[in-house]
Amino acid sequence: MATTVLLVIGTRKGLWLATSRDGRDTWEVTGPHLPMTDVYAVAIDTRRHPRILAAATSEHFGPSVFTSDDLGARWQEPEHAPVAFPPDTEAALTRVWQIEPGPADEPDVVYAGTEPSALFRSEDGGRRYELVRGLWDHPHRKEWFPGGGGQAVHTVLAHPHDPQRMLVAMSTGGVYRTEDAGRSWQPSNRGIRAYFLPDEYPEFGQCVHKVARNPAVPERFFLQHHHGVYRSDDGGGSWRSIAEGLPADFGFPVAVHPHRPEVVYGFPLVADARRFPPEGRCRVYRSEDAGDSWSALSDGLPVEGFWSAVMRDALCLDDADPAGVYFGSRSGEVYASADEGDSWRRIVEHLPDVLSVRAATV
Amino acid sequence: MRVTILLPQVLRASAGGTARVELEMAADATLGGVLDELGVRHPALERRLRDESRALRRYVNFYIGEQECRGLAGTATRLDEGAEIRVIPSVAGG
Repeated sequence: MATTVLLVIGTRKGLWLATSRDGRDTWEVTGPHLPMTDVYAVAIDTRRHPRILAAATSEHFGPSVFTSDDLGARWQEPEHAPVAFPPDTEAALTRVWQIEPGPADEPDVVYAGTEPSALFRSEDGGRRYELVRGLWDHPHRKEWFPGGGGQAVHTVLAHPHDPQRMLVAMSTGGVYRTEDAGRSWQPSNRGIRAYFLPDEYPEFGQCVHKVARNPAVPERFFLQHHHGVYRSDDGGGSWRSIAEGLPADFGFPVAVHPHRPEVVYGFPLVADARRFPPEGRCRVYRSEDAGDSWSALSDGLPVEGFWSAVMRDALCLDDADPAGVYFGSRSGEVYASADEGDSWRRIVEHLPDVLSVRAATV
Repeated sequence: MRVTILLPQVLRASAGGTARVELEMAADATLGGVLDELGVRHPALERRLRDESRALRRYVNFYIGEQECRGLAGTATRLDEGAEIRVIPSVAGG
């Protein structure tokens, strides 16, 4: 494999870039870019030329979205705030939690999921964004409440072929879908248990941590919940547990293989009250049958004393074949697998907490 | 009347590289009015000083003379001819 693979690593104090030109054997790392910002969301938009997008928030000077069209050599930022709530909302952006390029046939469309919970849409490749009013005006909004990390839309999944359809997920509020290009939204949480609420199967209010899907099977979603791992085969209309076979049903990330839609990855933690990998062992779990069974992947990973965690956007795959798999830890290490998770190597260490990773061939 | 905003190093790039922004304001100008004017001339600077709801960013301080504006009337603080507003980010965090 001679193509160049770019890995973008967002941390609590800036962004690092890792590039491999030799089949993911060696990596050149640069950074910090955008120093002293927390980078909750990164994206590599390869629909035209590779564009890196980074949602970076300064504790002092607030949030912004930066783009780079030369693989990180230079960064651009609009004069005016790229993502900002209109005055009539009386809201202010805390941070952007998700940057998601739209479908292939809408190459200028980029979505942003934000805290407070809202969806924004860009039609200029991710430079300026407009609030999607349909979700903001939803009557449920006043009943969404913050999870431990904040009250945010952290997952945005545009339908790969139908611009009318989209799914978003938030903490805390659950999954919502639109079938009319964002004008109206329906809660889509049937079957997801919210043990922490009086009604354990509410219409909405679930603490969803992440949702993923492969565009080749757009009706199937995988979902990591606050205690629960689920699959939907009907576009989010209903969900069923696929946690059997995992050592724990708590965790944050879930990621789908780019070429094999039945292959899915997660990083379980013991429980919400014990956010550590089981037994202090660093293990990624992979299912090759859409969650019916799971296997632990640990070759090359720390076998003991690993008390770190992996955040919701800090596990990803690249689009090569075979696919590379990557995750970053809150203890500032990044591990990579060039064989779909069978074996792993640490490629970066001693970074600040890793919040987000994304990889692509460029 | 003339008002000067003095910027720390970290914010100068957002104002075209300058350490001082001088504005000609009406006689009854307030700090909020100065920020409105900055939003027109240097939007990339203004949005680092306050959010889109016009709330001052928590860890950015505006000294007018010897006093931080929050100990005066906040953004409603009236400015005198020749006023200098020093923008000083809080020193905090690890």
